[in-house]
Amino acid sequence: MNENIRILAVETSCDETAAAVIENGTTVISSVIASQMESHKRFGGVVPEIASRHHVEQITVIMEEALNEANLTFQDLHAIAVTEGPGLVGALLIGVNAAKAVAFAHGLPVIGVHHIAGHVYANHLVEPLQFPLLSLVVSGGHTELIYMKEHGSFEVIGRTRDDAVGEAYDKVARTLGLPYPGGPEIDKLAASSDEAVELPRAWLEEGSLDFSFSGLKSAVINTLHNAKQKGEIVDPGALAAGFQQSVIEVLVGKTIAASRQYGVNRLVLAGGVAANSGLRKELEKTAAKEGWALTIPPLSLCTDNAAMIGAAAYVRYQQGRFADDRLNGVPGLSIS
Amino acid sequence: MRKLLTVDTSTYVLSVGLYDGDETLAEYVSTKKENHSVRLMPAVRCVMEDAGVRPEELDGIAVAAGPGSYTGVRIGVTTAKSMAWALQKPLYGVSSLEALAYNGLWSSARILTFFDARRGQAFAGLYESGGGAVYQVEADSMVMLDERLTRLAEEGRPVLALSPDLDKHRELLQEKLGSLLVEAAGPVHTVKPSGVWAASRGRTAEDIHTFVPQYLRLAEAEANWQKRQSDHG
Ligand SMILES: [Zn+2]
Repeated sequence: MNENIRILAVETSCDETAAAVIENGTTVISSVIASQMESHKRFGGVVPEIASRHHVEQITVIMEEALNEANLTFQDLHAIAVTEGPGLVGALLIGVNAAKAVAFAHGLPVIGVHHIAGHVYANHLVEPLQFPLLSLVVSGGHTELIYMKEHGSFEVIGRTRDDAVGEAYDKVARTLGLPYPGGPEIDKLAASSDEAVELPRAWLEEGSLDFSFSGLKSAVINTLHNAKQKGEIVDPGALAAGFQQSVIEVLVGKTIAASRQYGVNRLVLAGGVAANSGLRKELEKTAAKEGWALTIPPLSLCTDNAAMIGAAAYVRYQQGRFADDRLNGVPGLSIS
Repeated sequence: MRKLLTVDTSTYVLSVGLYDGDETLAEYVSTKKENHSVRLMPAVRCVMEDAGVRPEELDGIAVAAGPGSYTGVRIGVTTAKSMAWALQKPLYGVSSLEALAYNGLWSSARILTFFDARRGQAFAGLYESGGGAVYQVEADSMVMLDERLTRLAEEGRPVLALSPDLDKHRELLQEKLGSLLVEAAGPVHTVKPSGVWAASRGRTAEDIHTFVPQYLRLAEAEANWQKRQSDHG
């Protein structure tokens, strides 16, 4: 019988301090997250210096909880995995240095994981990934279409040229006077409205799989501004619905184009914006129509967590791709 | 004897030391301008392997907890507390300014240690030597350096100034302290591993989970937020 491989994974790329123990890349033994959301809410967004300070306060507590919840000790582990990037540099550094220290203390190898690879591998915890596949990655920092022909291979075939989709949600929410984080607020407001303000779609040039959301964001601001000039009132629900429709139509439209271009009919959704109910519904509808196999992780695995990092790390463990003592936090780390 | 690992990354200087009781087993100090995050773990492994000490053989870890560079102290503190937690060994936190003051252990003058904190500000500590140790005269704090020096001049006692940023402020020190200023030549202006060792003697162990750097200053956004709250309140 093969030995079960257990990895303690750590994730501190943004405003969640997270640790998890994953077995064989597919089974979550434990997963613990300390969210700093409440702290950053005061500032209307994540403040990097404050995020770093919170990570130091939480890091050993969270790692200990992950081990306790798993009822395991260091002797039961085979490796320590950590997000090396992309993300906030000061935040990444806490996880990276904690992981290296713990690994050194117990003579364990360290595995550096790309944060987006983690988001994609959240799906591996739902059901084993099958290849080739496409992944639509949508979060506060990312909007990417990724083509995977096998485990550990990531080809970015489309990316945002300006704002990430989650970023656009937050900015539009602020314009509408909604609290941070804006994604869930707009999603709710949009769902409650029967009408939608007509807003542009950014398809970019023919055949491109890239995205752009800054024009849409400006269109929302202009709509509000023009109405104000004329002394009219725009229904915020209709504006939120119009914004969300434009975002979803483009996200789904580009995904359909990618699926046809690459001849791939397996899609996995990834990233925090995967929690958006409008996007989920539209993708499910499209998958049924196009005959895709679609996986959408549960909400708890869509937002930042360490379980997904452990899942992605297992592939590297099997390939023997370990980091050395010089592993660093890399804010702009590229995936391939 | 007691095997102690020391770590300091609170300024651009990286220092790691390994001691057995009063004896030095290995020390590593580097002023290379490269990220501490990249160099700290290799330095720790280097002194441990040179001395043939396995991690589980350590009796404790001491770390300079600041003040200093926010990112720098976080790297040292995170590494030290994570190691101490993983090994279930005592963790000792010391002031970076006190560790530096140990470079003036043989001085009869008061010892001013400081790190530049930009815009005329500095993290400063005031220490005195006696009985083979240095003692804190005034709590480490963030000060306007010129005001702090004026106050020291008024007190009329000789002051040994130790700082990795001495060159930048030499003229101000000379102007404010005049003949009270004791200048020390040579490589005595950066924290040495033995300073962290000395400052950690007799300390009680920290609670590892709640141990955090001594920033001595709120994050800017936090300070602004608190100001807004009190303005409204
Ligand atoms: Zn993420």
